[in-house]
Amino acid sequence: MKFGIIQFPGSTCDYDCFFALKDILNIDVKFIWHEETDLCDYDCIMLPGGFSYGDYLRVGAIARFSPVMQAVKEYAQKGGYVIGICNGFQILLEADLLPGVLVKNHGLHFLCRYEYVRIENDVNPFTHLCKKGQILKIPIAHGEGNYFIDDKGLKELNANHQVVLRYCDHHGEVSDNNNPNGSVDNIACICSKQGNVIGMMPHPERCVEDILGSSDGRFIFDSIIDSIKNKSKAAYKEIHHDNQ
Amino acid sequence: MTTNNQEEILKKWGFTPDEYHKIKKDLNREPNEVELGMYSVMWSEHCSYKNSKPLLSLFPTSAEWVLQGPGENAGAIDIGEDKVVIMKMESHNHPSAIEPFQGAATGIGGIVRDIFAMGARPIALLDSLRFGDFENPNTQYLLKGVVDGISFYGNCIGVPTVAGETIFSGSYQNNILVNVMCVGIAEKGKTFKSRATGEGNPVILVGARTGRDGIGGASFASEELDDKSDEDRPAVQIGDPFTKKLLIEACLELVGKDYIVGVQDCGAAGLTSSLCEMASQGGSGLEIELSNVPQREQNMTPYEIMLSESQERMIVVVRKGMEEKIKKIFDKWGLNSAIIGKVTSDKQFRINSNGKTVAEMPSKSLTEGFPVCLRMGKKPEYLHRLNELDLETIPVPEDYNDVLLKLLSSPNLSNKENIYVQYDHMIQTNTLLSPGDDAAILRIRETSKAIALTTDGNGRYCYLDSFVGGKIAVAEAARNLSCKGALPRAVTDCLNFGNPEKGEIYWQLEQAIKGMSEACQAFETPVISGNVSLYNENKGEAIYPTPVVGMVGVLEDINDYCTMGFKHEGDLVVLLGENKEEIGGSEYLEIYHGLVAGRPPQIDLSFEKTVQDTCRESVEAGILSSAHDCSDGGLAVTLAECCIKNQMGAQIELDEKFRGDAVLFGETQSRVIVSLPAQNLTSLEEITKKYEVPLKILGIVGGESLQIKGFIELKIETFTQAWKGIEQVENNA
Repeated sequence: MKFGIIQFPGSTCDYDCFFALKDILNIDVKFIWHEETDLCDYDCIMLPGGFSYGDYLRVGAIARFSPVMQAVKEYAQKGGYVIGICNGFQILLEADLLPGVLVKNHGLHFLCRYEYVRIENDVNPFTHLCKKGQILKIPIAHGEGNYFIDDKGLKELNANHQVVLRYCDHHGEVSDNNNPNGSVDNIACICSKQGNVIGMMPHPERCVEDILGSSDGRFIFDSIIDSIKNKSKAAYKEIHHDNQ
Repeated sequence: MTTNNQEEILKKWGFTPDEYHKIKKDLNREPNEVELGMYSVMWSEHCSYKNSKPLLSLFPTSAEWVLQGPGENAGAIDIGEDKVVIMKMESHNHPSAIEPFQGAATGIGGIVRDIFAMGARPIALLDSLRFGDFENPNTQYLLKGVVDGISFYGNCIGVPTVAGETIFSGSYQNNILVNVMCVGIAEKGKTFKSRATGEGNPVILVGARTGRDGIGGASFASEELDDKSDEDRPAVQIGDPFTKKLLIEACLELVGKDYIVGVQDCGAAGLTSSLCEMASQGGSGLEIELSNVPQREQNMTPYEIMLSESQERMIVVVRKGMEEKIKKIFDKWGLNSAIIGKVTSDKQFRINSNGKTVAEMPSKSLTEGFPVCLRMGKKPEYLHRLNELDLETIPVPEDYNDVLLKLLSSPNLSNKENIYVQYDHMIQTNTLLSPGDDAAILRIRETSKAIALTTDGNGRYCYLDSFVGGKIAVAEAARNLSCKGALPRAVTDCLNFGNPEKGEIYWQLEQAIKGMSEACQAFETPVISGNVSLYNENKGEAIYPTPVVGMVGVLEDINDYCTMGFKHEGDLVVLLGENKEEIGGSEYLEIYHGLVAGRPPQIDLSFEKTVQDTCRESVEAGILSSAHDCSDGGLAVTLAECCIKNQMGAQIELDEKFRGDAVLFGETQSRVIVSLPAQNLTSLEEITKKYEVPLKILGIVGGESLQIKGFIELKIETFTQAWKGIEQVENNA
């Protein structure tokens, strides 16, 4: 099993993702320079947080033109797992791999602190080891994490169970009071219709060790790892079956 | 040259007649315009320390664990397991006063460059800020600009801002202080030196192109501010954190490459200082061709190119023949790299433009040639008046609850969360203890260790007694670290003072440095780097003398640290140290009585050290639930802070025989408030006995209020609200 972490010029959470996977979860992981185009070696592609291209023009707007992004699109179309965290989420939106936009936080400031999020979808490859309604304690660190989508789009998201995480309080209650950035419907994370592409503002890679204040991020990583294992088993079975 | 002419030159370039004479002597002729510009910046206080040098030599700078003291881009200490901590603090006061956002942002940019120029990955930023009166609209503008600037730049380069101070006082109304500290980690034996050696080795300029921004910034930083300072806005550089991030990654790819001869950051005084410092350190000469410098603007003159402080540039000297290797690395990161000259053996710094020499001087003349200013200090007049405070004249307050709420809601003591949530303090996932405690704690990867970091400095104390204030700045920083269980190891500092040409200011500087030096000796924390910022005046009015101390401490085990908040109902609350009747120079006196007077609390450094040793040993023994440094606002504020953290009350009894306000709000030094389970008391007593430190049981943790018998009874909710008050004000601003 191998994870690939894409490095755009200006990525800053690339090493954090790397350490979380390699040192804590003992997973094979490699950096992918943004000019590379061959992703066939990987079981999951991560787009880390940061300020790709300095956030110039618009967050994620320049990174979508990196050569690697065409490959990411093809990878996703074939059903490969793609996860975008923070700036990675912003890039996935700009690349039309996920619907909606992220704009400036309603308080107009960058915010770095722990938040609570509620699991809204537990049948997704990225969250299936969680239970619906479960609460995760997980940090945010962004200036532009205010998720917006029009009414029609929101209806579709809800109808297709594409909302994966919502900001909430420590009891799990979702309201304006515990919406850190003004996101529509407290949305913190969404997935694609097929469920194999996910984008989230919170940083699971920052909370995989208790000494850092929480290890709830493991639920996300463990889910992906488990999905990959089952997927390859399923694929193996399929091939094996075909051969017979 | 006529006398008139010479006077004009002296005035225009800010030289003394002595200095001008020395330049002529070093050159053996009259200097031209380019040379005058180069000397003007290099011999400014900011680059030369010509006023402070004799005093700075008082600092202890070495210890067994110090690998690099002052003189390089940054200082370095060995923390074991092949890891080296690199650190430095620098001021960006004047630029931030004129243009707060870019001033603060490029302050971060500059200090970060010093760290990775040593081959270290920057792992933490700390900022120590001083603004004018909180209520003043201009303060609000400057505060917002500075915080936004730090947030913008620090977040974008992916270096966490883990600790700092934000202090408000009328003294800084027109001359704010923005001091930024950066800490990095390098592999032992793989750090870079800033030097140019080896005849014929190429000199490569990497990073951003050179433009017309920040010309004369170093000279500007060495002048008093006045009404016309706004016109100096072009002297403030513009930061580009994205390019900086690329530059960091590219330069860190050079680590361990044996063909790197030297690396130097290109900061104050631009190419002039970075190049001549490399030549001077290497004992060599350099020959530079300006037409090879990549330029952002057209028709730049040699003067402009040499003096530009365009950001995001570095100088690398490599072994001859290795130019392509460097180019390849920088190409990958989309950065310019250009060979702009070569190392020579004649020890001359020669600048050519299209083959024609436009400036030439001995390398060392620029870096060391200036006449050192030996000045005489004079004890300030105001001290006689202010130091003689008669306690009897100060009315004892009737309602101590009211005093405590006022203190907790004051801008200096209230919650700063609204500021630090704007800084990414978690990135790099090493932050074990976040802002809001006595110190930040960061784990060091690939080791079992952690480091603790803090900044400290009290301008009011130094104003009232610079010698004692200097000692306390170091002692408090060390106490912050010891409370967390870390062994203080080294200091970096920023000395923010007024115009040293005035005897009274020079006296403050001298006294503060003497006090700091004594304390650094006592705690075995050598000064390994730092910066001096003089001429912090506006219209002739100097700021409080404000030495700011940045300190690093080492924890042998990442699990053995202590935090400040009370944790368990029923724990004992214990004071390590002694209460004394000292309210001079306190926050209480200023906030409640509107007085900045008296003498600051006195400090006995050897006693302070035993208190800290006691605290540290208790943390290591794992017998404490919490430990918190008792400082600004005194015992009552310290106890309230311990309660606020985990929303847990305490019942306290104090039996001191002196004035209630001095008991509660006096800022006597060498005190730590700890809490611990009752069954650990004997172990704590054994340690206090060993160090002969007084221990006093003050009460017990628990309940929903803070009760100090006979003085204070307040619900946690009530004083937490008061402490958070500043948030509302800021949100409305």
